[in-house]
Amino acid sequence: MTRDEAFHQFLLRMGDNTLILGHRVSEWCGLAPVLEEDIALANTALDLIGQTQMWLGLAGEIDGGKSADDLAFLRDAWDFRNVLLVEVPNGDFGRTLMRQFLFDAWHSIMLGRLIKSSDNRVAAIAAKASKEVAYHLERSGDTVVGLGDGTEESHARMQEALDYLWPYVGEMFASDDVDAEMVKAGIAPNPADLRAEYDALVGRVLTEATLTIPESRFAHKGGRDGRMHTEHLGHLLTQMQWLQRAYPGATW
Amino acid sequence: MKNEWPLWEIFIRGQHGMSHRHVGSLHAPDAEMAIKNARDVYTRRNEGVSIWVVEANNIAASSPSDKGPMYEPSESKVYRHPTFFDIPDEVGAM
Repeated sequence: MTRDEAFHQFLLRMGDNTLILGHRVSEWCGLAPVLEEDIALANTALDLIGQTQMWLGLAGEIDGGKSADDLAFLRDAWDFRNVLLVEVPNGDFGRTLMRQFLFDAWHSIMLGRLIKSSDNRVAAIAAKASKEVAYHLERSGDTVVGLGDGTEESHARMQEALDYLWPYVGEMFASDDVDAEMVKAGIAPNPADLRAEYDALVGRVLTEATLTIPESRFAHKGGRDGRMHTEHLGHLLTQMQWLQRAYPGATW
Repeated sequence: MKNEWPLWEIFIRGQHGMSHRHVGSLHAPDAEMAIKNARDVYTRRNEGVSIWVVEANNIAASSPSDKGPMYEPSESKVYRHPTFFDIPDEVGAM
């Protein structure tokens, strides 16, 4: 694998994470339990889509001048490089916020490292995104604590969400040839090296939320290397891409 | 059990040096979340540098039925307006 190929894969991983999660979060638009949460979720989704434009924009640039839109709307499921965590269905509001928290925690730590990337473009995207993500993390963390340490029902739902989502956490810390190449180039950290900081942060919040982290370290994999996505991604893309598929080249 | 979150009045300062202005209200479980919700509802278009939140039931308000005795007496007292001074431009917003 050449450095450019690895860099391209790395950028797809960053951009597809934010694209797919952004789309998932946007599914709450108009449906959230209260108006204030509805707007907050829409803001988060828009932040993530904005970050996608930067990551996929750069990925397309080094891949023969494709646009971020080309990459978002004209690839099929097997070309996507997001972790499985972000493509699982929203479930209830609690599970959506739990997934957001588990992702935000990783995202904030990752962006913190990328700010020091040897590639100026990566460092610039990370600097802009990290301010948005610091707020996402504060908000999702507070909500996880509020609901986890809330009523009997909200606690039970949050524990259920954590049990369901925890097996998807490990993939964020998997390392392969792409990561090795990025580490060598000083562009990005080895994901495995972020785990200790992640466990400390997530452990602190979940303890405050009176929730119990499952003991199993089993991890579903196959998203970030595109080997095998869940069946949910195809359904998501069907909705996200239908307009460009039905009316190719249509513009606003 | 009461299921409704309390109502909060939101005040935003648009820029440094200006005062906080009432912009609206929203619901939130506590003050911290009220600030976060205010950030998301009222500063999405770069409107603010500072947020105050006050639980609505902590605000004491004048009664509309007292309008006459409260405000009408000052209608005819033009000499209370400092319109007889020239304010130098350098002073800026007063």
